[in-house]
Amino acid sequence: MKSLLASLALTTALTAPGLALAKPVTFTTTLNAYGGDGAYLALYVTDAQGSYVGSLWMAGGKSKYYEHLSDWYRATGGDPAQIDGITGASVGAGRTLEITLDLTDALFDAGYTLHIDASVEDMRDSPNEVAVPLTTEGAGQTVRGRRYIASFSYDM
Amino acid sequence: MIRRLHRWPALAALALVALLSLSGAALSVFPAAERIAAPQAGAGLTVATLATRIQTAYPGVEQIRRAPSGRITAWWFDNGTPGAAVIDPATGQGVAPADPGRAERWLTNLHRSLFLGDAGRLAMAAGAAAMLVLSLSGAALVARRAGGWRHWFARTRGPRAGRLHVGIARLVVPGLVLSSATALWMTASTFDLLPDSAAAPAFPTEVSGETGVALDRLALLGDTPVAELRELSFPFPDDATDVFTLRTDRGAGYLDQGTGALLAWDDLGGWARVSETVYMLHTGQGAAALGLVLGLMALGVPAMGASGVLVWRAGRRGRGRIRANQPARRARTILLVGSEGGSTWGFAATLHAALTEAGHSVHTAPMSAFAPDRYTNAERIIVLAATYGNGAAPATARDFLDRLERLDTAPAAPLAVLGFGDRSFPAYCAFAHAVEAAAAEKGWRELMPLDTVDRQSPQDFARWGRALEQVLGIDLELAHRPVQPPTERLTLISRRDFGAEVQAPTAILRFALPRTTLWQRLSGAGFARFEAGDLIGILPDGSPVPRLYSLASARRDGFVEIVVRKHPGGLCSGQLTALEPGDSVTAFLRRNPGFRPGRRARPLILIGAGTGIGPLAGITRANTRRRPIHLFFGMRHPDSDFFYQGEIATWQAEGRLARLVTAVSRGQRPYYVQDALRGEAAEVARLIRGGARVMVCGGRDMAAGVADAMADILAPVGLTPALLKAEGRYVEDVY
Repeated sequence: MKSLLASLALTTALTAPGLALAKPVTFTTTLNAYGGDGAYLALYVTDAQGSYVGSLWMAGGKSKYYEHLSDWYRATGGDPAQIDGITGASVGAGRTLEITLDLTDALFDAGYTLHIDASVEDMRDSPNEVAVPLTTEGAGQTVRGRRYIASFSYDM
Repeated sequence: MIRRLHRWPALAALALVALLSLSGAALSVFPAAERIAAPQAGAGLTVATLATRIQTAYPGVEQIRRAPSGRITAWWFDNGTPGAAVIDPATGQGVAPADPGRAERWLTNLHRSLFLGDAGRLAMAAGAAAMLVLSLSGAALVARRAGGWRHWFARTRGPRAGRLHVGIARLVVPGLVLSSATALWMTASTFDLLPDSAAAPAFPTEVSGETGVALDRLALLGDTPVAELRELSFPFPDDATDVFTLRTDRGAGYLDQGTGALLAWDDLGGWARVSETVYMLHTGQGAAALGLVLGLMALGVPAMGASGVLVWRAGRRGRGRIRANQPARRARTILLVGSEGGSTWGFAATLHAALTEAGHSVHTAPMSAFAPDRYTNAERIIVLAATYGNGAAPATARDFLDRLERLDTAPAAPLAVLGFGDRSFPAYCAFAHAVEAAAAEKGWRELMPLDTVDRQSPQDFARWGRALEQVLGIDLELAHRPVQPPTERLTLISRRDFGAEVQAPTAILRFALPRTTLWQRLSGAGFARFEAGDLIGILPDGSPVPRLYSLASARRDGFVEIVVRKHPGGLCSGQLTALEPGDSVTAFLRRNPGFRPGRRARPLILIGAGTGIGPLAGITRANTRRRPIHLFFGMRHPDSDFFYQGEIATWQAEGRLARLVTAVSRGQRPYYVQDALRGEAAEVARLIRGGARVMVCGGRDMAAGVADAMADILAPVGLTPALLKAEGRYVEDVY
């Protein structure tokens, strides 16, 4: 198990293009009208012990603001290699971020948790905005975030 | 070079820079408003006390921030719902909603990125760079115009748009340099080009694992005054590995939520400190008064844009096209042009065309392209030289004097120098004089003596043209019209005649005010606003060249008045002095801001002879505030050309004129106005020492005589006419 985790984190950052044991998963994050500028969002996974495993997506391009995604930053030290190739634009208030990734089957029903940290300029940082276990039954279920996220779900 | 560096970025970036400055000015209000509205923490209040108060009011508090304005905001979670408020530090209670205002956020996004993300940020950064280049090149131009950095606040002279442009610029340029330089720094910081991130120390790997320490047991919070607080984040509930995070003016660190111990601390780095200062200077966050000042200065930018475009257009309109320019080696006449704003090129084009018309082959080039070894066929070299500001070489004459200096022998073709300038500057045509002196030094043969053209006067230019005709033995019509403003028809109301007995027939002509359009009244254009001493250009029948006359009345007098002497064979003066009431002429108004009495209450010394008395009479008529006016009036004979004699008596009785001194030249002993001045030397020196202002109006010889007399009168008190001119206390209107 341990070796599998290590290879996930190091080689593919959890995504597994072209692998037989992978399937496309769509993450849909809709922000509420919090009345501020575009939000930075970090989507990442921790294991059953709460240790950081890897990142799925970074919405927001300027690394100098990543420290405001405080849990993610604490776990990674802001290491740019963690989000290499999986970085997009920040998400405006009321807008929806939809990303589809090929994820290994091993991530589901194995005690992993998906977290989203959020931050908005001149507003409160919101680490752990969303924390949902990655399970097959959990797919398609909608959860609310603490402060900025109106709804979040993942579909397989 | 500097001028081009100023002009082209300005025109290219005009809209962007105007948008930047207007939105910046609007934004500058917010920090000040926030500073006033925010409840401030009392001196001595510690972060521990503040946090305890807030936690009492909002048990679910997660984060407390203090803005540089002193505004304290808290965020909390209460029964699963997030909340936030601006906090009164005295009570810990919320007093206002916390979210940033919609207007401020909208303006901020417009100001920094045009709502276009990174592309917009780069565009606005380019705008800021343009503003920086414009400010620095503009400052260099202002210094050059004034005659050095020490004269930064010297009086401005010349046409109105240019004076406005410079007048605003020297007040606001420091602010614009600060705003644009800090903007560029902030952009570089945003794009991660600077090592200035305020990184917190690495998160502690070991914590006590306990929770629930009371806030007053966190020693560092008790030691930190609220004034130094940036941000305090509370540990996430039910996460024993989390910590308190504290950011202050000095750095950032973590505190254990079980023991209250300081787990890690990093001081703010040097780069981060610089960036924070830059941010404060640019936004006014934490320096609200400075922000307001910078905002006010930014408001000068649109005005400078508009006046700058006017200056540029005036220069372009004045510039004629040089047609059929001959190669330097083939041309018999070499025309060298030293021009700053471009108007001298217009005169050059007229001269070039007239000479070409007369069968000459002419090569016209900027003075900076002076290359005598190429002028192999030249028979004459004509230099048209403007002067920049306080005697400096104009833009297209850079290096001319150096090149001349380096020659072993002067060119064989003789030289004529025509200077272009503005008499309201102390160093009138100084560069032309410098060229003439350097040429004489080299032993360069003179084609004709130096002459000057004041304020683009077509008459001066035509007069020089007639002298050139004589020298060349050809017919030359130099009809140059620099800028033809829209004309009006003026109808004569009355005339008074003088001087026939002394062979100087002269008329005081009074015209009705022309109708003005609403736009003219609003903008003060044309005859909607004028003062005595402004000029009118009369377009005589049969010549496209306007003749300028000084006005002897102001708009509020309700009429347009000039004093005209009939010159033998004079086209325009002949037509004017033949006018009968009801007849009309074509005219336009030309402002003459360099020749004004000013608003001070200090005494005025007005010196005029002949028709030069016109504007001085108008100034005296307008003197309802009874400022002490001393009028020196030179005439031929009191029975014949004592203009305004009746009015002068009335003005004296009413106190508008303190003293009249006359000088009569056709007596047994000729006595000129400069002699009258010398006769009153002690009184004149006393008045000038007391701050009096001198205004001289009349012919060139008279003005030169007056300047000599003044030099003698002022020498004992350590002053000179040039010194007074530099202070704007000695002005001339000479024709």
